[in-house]
Amino acid sequence: MNLGKIISFLNLKPLTETYQDRDVKSAYVSDLLSDVMANAKPGEVWITLQVHVNIVAVATLKNIPAIIITNNREPDEETIKKASLEGVAIFKTNLSTFEAAGRLYKLLTE
Amino acid sequence: MKLSETLEGSFSLIGGDFSRGGAASCELKSILEKLHLPDNIIQRATISAFEAEMNVIIHAIAGTMLYSVTPERIRIVVTDMGPGIPDIELAMQEGYSTAPEWVKEMGWGAGMGLPNMKKNADVFNIDSVVGEGTTVELIIYIPKERSCAP
Repeated sequence: MNLGKIISFLNLKPLTETYQDRDVKSAYVSDLLSDVMANAKPGEVWITLQVHVNIVAVATLKNIPAIIITNNREPDEETIKKASLEGVAIFKTNLSTFEAAGRLYKLLTE
Repeated sequence: MKLSETLEGSFSLIGGDFSRGGAASCELKSILEKLHLPDNIIQRATISAFEAEMNVIIHAIAGTMLYSVTPERIRIVVTDMGPGIPDIELAMQEGYSTAPEWVKEMGWGAGMGLPNMKKNADVFNIDSVVGEGTTVELIIYIPKERSCAP
């Protein structure tokens, strides 16, 4: 499914200006950065409540195109700046991680 | 860019500088991408480099990351001026971490760093002296290109 469709379906708020409307097949959910490095697959969307700048480096290294920040958490300004520079899209949602992951799972598997 | 001889370089790492956490590894990734190495080789090299880089930032005062790439392998050596590891066997256990609480809140310090390095590198060597520092050597072998010619 296109990232654009996911954004509108989950009503995600974009925090970076642009995103690549690429095909997304799966997502990974974790707040442990080493776990994401070890187990997320390239191309997956990452759902987390971490907001500091290191999430962008993790996404860049793992070829993760988009990060969804849950619970309406506000990322640091530095995070947004770095993400725009590296071409990683960041979105936020007021959904909890459970709800965001659940809705996305349903969307991607139906 | 095509690799015919050894390509070398280094990055300096500053302990506690989380704002640049991953910067060296991300730069290494773009260097490896320019060499058109296989994706999974780049992934394994940069994941293990990133974990080594973060260990310096979390635990040490400063460090360096040296890399050298030949057609056969990627070698990364990360050396730090840090507290050293008293019990390497214990530190290698998944889940064991000495990172402070605030670092754990950032999602680091899960005790996965050294095991991740070992998992992703073909050769993993660690040498540490308490009160002096730690050196990690990572080697990832590059598979020979398969020729399509008969």
